[in-house]
Amino acid sequence: MMNVYPKRAPNAAFRVLGGEAIVMNPLDSSLFSLNETAAAIWRAADGCRSLAQIVDSEVCGQFDVDPETALREATEFAEALAVHDILILLPEAETEVLPWRP
Amino acid sequence: MSVCIAIGGISIRVECTDVRFLHELRLHYAGYLAPGDGADSLVLLVEPSSPPLQSPDADLEVRLAGGIWVIKRGDFHAEWEPGCGRGVARLVPNRYSLDSILRIIHSLELARTGQGLLLHAASAVRDGRAFLFCGPSGAGKTTMSRLAPAGVRLLTDEISYLRRAPNGTGFDAWGTPFAGELARPGENIVAPLSSLYFLRQAGENRIDPLAAPEALRLVLKNTLFFAHDSALVPRVLELAHSLCGSVEVAQLSFAPDVRVWNLIR
Repeated sequence: MMNVYPKRAPNAAFRVLGGEAIVMNPLDSSLFSLNETAAAIWRAADGCRSLAQIVDSEVCGQFDVDPETALREATEFAEALAVHDILILLPEAETEVLPWRP
Repeated sequence: MSVCIAIGGISIRVECTDVRFLHELRLHYAGYLAPGDGADSLVLLVEPSSPPLQSPDADLEVRLAGGIWVIKRGDFHAEWEPGCGRGVARLVPNRYSLDSILRIIHSLELARTGQGLLLHAASAVRDGRAFLFCGPSGAGKTTMSRLAPAGVRLLTDEISYLRRAPNGTGFDAWGTPFAGELARPGENIVAPLSSLYFLRQAGENRIDPLAAPEALRLVLKNTLFFAHDSALVPRVLELAHSLCGSVEVAQLSFAPDVRVWNLIR
């Protein structure tokens, strides 16, 4: 799991407000509220960086959390969103960065 | 034969051969009948059907198939062509079924055009400004409506109708015939929306601001939107976001007594 490359589903609708994010699944309109940590991962999920890299730079570098816990929780979060098809977990990095279109 | 029902500035001409059903509709939607023949209206052809098409308890399904919205529930089957504003509905002739279809068509048209939203909310006009009281069943929408003092004009106790204001600033709240426990339609008037309150029953009357993410989440959670469509979802999100940015959005804790209306100004 450490080497997956998370990527926001290109058709997911979302807004980032005050550091948190609201994501809507376009397939069934279900809603997801992301706290600041989760929103930081969401923002960085461009398909080019591994989850471990994102956790290292966007979570451990910004929030007071130990790396092991951060990676475990980020993995659970990524897997949960992937189940709903709003986050894609790629086995390899993409060469083109997913544009940020909130 | 037909009856033209105008809600939120959008009129839908319901055509049907069942004279008794049309009479029932004219009575129920009396405050919402459009003058004239509704030549510019959207058109819904109603084909009466006896016994339910499937189990009356079947879940509502709204899906896009070949550019046509298919809207199904146990008591009706409708198809709506958004591009040309025409549709056909087979249903057991009763106004409750038609009411549901109209709500869905309006919600789809508003989302498609990016003009507005329907919310699970009571709404009322006081001193020329509209206030919404939002929440699921049991939250207190009808209670707030019943507690409204003289001079307050009720738009609905169940489904509120919001459209972007024509001048581009904020949203207007329109009256609707979509009634809840109050069992009577709202007044067919429109007013600029001032505040949107999420109801919480409590031992005191108080207004607390909501953080932006929570406000947006609650608006979306209470939006009538049944369609699973990747084109409309971003528009609904944009409308909800725009709504939250244009009016006061807060939590209204209320004890069920008339003094709560002292806060609504």
